[in-house]
Amino acid sequence: MSFFEVKDLVKNFGGLLAVNGVSFSVKEGEIFGLIGPNGSGKTTIFNLITGFYPLTRGEIYFEGKRIDGLKTYKICKLGIGRTFQVVKPLARLTVLDNVMASAFNRSTTIKDAREKALEALEFCGLAHRQDVLARSLPIGERKRLEITRSFATGPKLILLDETAAGLNPAELNKAIELILKIRDNGVTIVIVEHIMRVIMSISERILAINYGMPIGMGTPQEVADNEEVIKAYLGEEVDFA
Amino acid sequence: MRRYLPIICLILLTIFPLVVPNDYYLHLMILVLMWVVIGTAWNLIAGYTGQVSFGDAAFFGTGAYTAGLLTTKLMISPWWGLILGGVTAAILALPFGWICFRLRGAYFALATLALNEVMRHIGTIWESLTNGMVGILIVQTFMSKLPYYYIVLTMAVVSVVSVRLVMRSKWGYYFLSIREDQDAAESLGIDSHFYKMVSLGIAAALTGVAGGFYMNYMGFIDPHVVFSLHDISIMAILVGIVGGVGTIYGPAVGAFIMVAVQELFRTGFFGTLMAAAKSTGSGYFIKIVEYFNMAHVLGFGLLVVLVILFLPNGVVGDWDKILRFLRLKRSEAEA
Repeated sequence: MSFFEVKDLVKNFGGLLAVNGVSFSVKEGEIFGLIGPNGSGKTTIFNLITGFYPLTRGEIYFEGKRIDGLKTYKICKLGIGRTFQVVKPLARLTVLDNVMASAFNRSTTIKDAREKALEALEFCGLAHRQDVLARSLPIGERKRLEITRSFATGPKLILLDETAAGLNPAELNKAIELILKIRDNGVTIVIVEHIMRVIMSISERILAINYGMPIGMGTPQEVADNEEVIKAYLGEEVDFA
Repeated sequence: MRRYLPIICLILLTIFPLVVPNDYYLHLMILVLMWVVIGTAWNLIAGYTGQVSFGDAAFFGTGAYTAGLLTTKLMISPWWGLILGGVTAAILALPFGWICFRLRGAYFALATLALNEVMRHIGTIWESLTNGMVGILIVQTFMSKLPYYYIVLTMAVVSVVSVRLVMRSKWGYYFLSIREDQDAAESLGIDSHFYKMVSLGIAAALTGVAGGFYMNYMGFIDPHVVFSLHDISIMAILVGIVGGVGTIYGPAVGAFIMVAVQELFRTGFFGTLMAAAKSTGSGYFIKIVEYFNMAHVLGFGLLVVLVILFLPNGVVGDWDKILRFLRLKRSEAEA
């Protein structure tokens, strides 16, 4: 039994097949990359896994338990955290309160949640911003807050949705560092990313999709050399002679 | 200083009837304190949890009718209605929330509006139970207003303190998370549907208790009074907005302002306008004041528009803004 597995995922939005037969499995402690051009269905897959959308067809297993059809909050309680590509800070709360709200996932008292939240903030390097309102954070730190918040729920698996988009090169290095640190802390990671420097350097295996269908899978090098993947990203070679 | 302000206010409220032994002002203060309860409850579900309710009268009226019917049908003291009114209001709120919290934002608000109207029609049509438009009349327990004053003061304190306690617990964090972003809250392991029901349940119970008190205090209710959209539901919203949405003491301040303003407009500034008009001896002026007095609800609406324009966070939420404005005026006057 694999740690996390999706089988033949299909999602139909009216007439649009957003995801069409995607299967993959993730090993415990792995960083698994998900790439594909814009609109290829990566975020939809995350929304299917976390129960934001109901599946049209397919099965999702986490630690041997079938989790498709469960409510979003229950999936979080089982130990799957996520971040949002379009960040969703709890705008009028402080950074600390944001993280405390998620730390309550694993604690019942204010004191305990506060301690866990402070630990998570320290771990993710946001401790110096704890008293600031979340809405006043710049985009780089908002992305970091997303990661901190999902880390504070105490997950075994985190789904990172483009947490490096919009960051400058210095922030990018810090983001890579943080993702590796979270993995070293025993959390398995599935990451969607457009920035090749990030995804190629940290993922152990990558799945490439296009139009909701898998087009290539393997180590970063294998995927980078895959003809289908090159075609999807760069288009076909045309002979003008 | 600001920390002790609530305590000072509480002491002042406690000695108020001794300092001002006047039934009219005591009556107004009883209304203010009742609105503190309702406004605080509305603030919990709308201000803190972000689920705006346009139908507080449904819970208020249910509480009031519970107290009234206990007396007329079962010959039980209407004071039981204080507790049981809260219970029945919560019993009404929970299934309603279970169904309607699938709706978000304005759609939920419309559903509460519908609940308000449904309850008013039930109260009107089900004559064998509620007496319909004839209403329910009970004999008040006390002749003096003093006991009512202290009972409602206790209720107001209990509701403010309990909402404060709730907001400092895990539930409070959950309510705020749901208000800020329901999807984010769900992904953080918060059962938003359940916690919205918790919030609505507490709010409805407090509002129902206020309804039960109203029955005891006024001795008479009919569907158009206690299920009134503008006198109860909209008033609850105004108390919250004028005082400050999402602040602990906002609704308390809002209740005071709104009851005072309502009374001022209703009585034409205690009849001073009419007296002034009559003193001029001009029929023209008297006519204007008559029209003005008839249009008192309009003045009320204008005030609300001004508050929303200039103090969008309410008097408590924008208190610093008001202070800054006053200071600016003073320094201008000195210069």
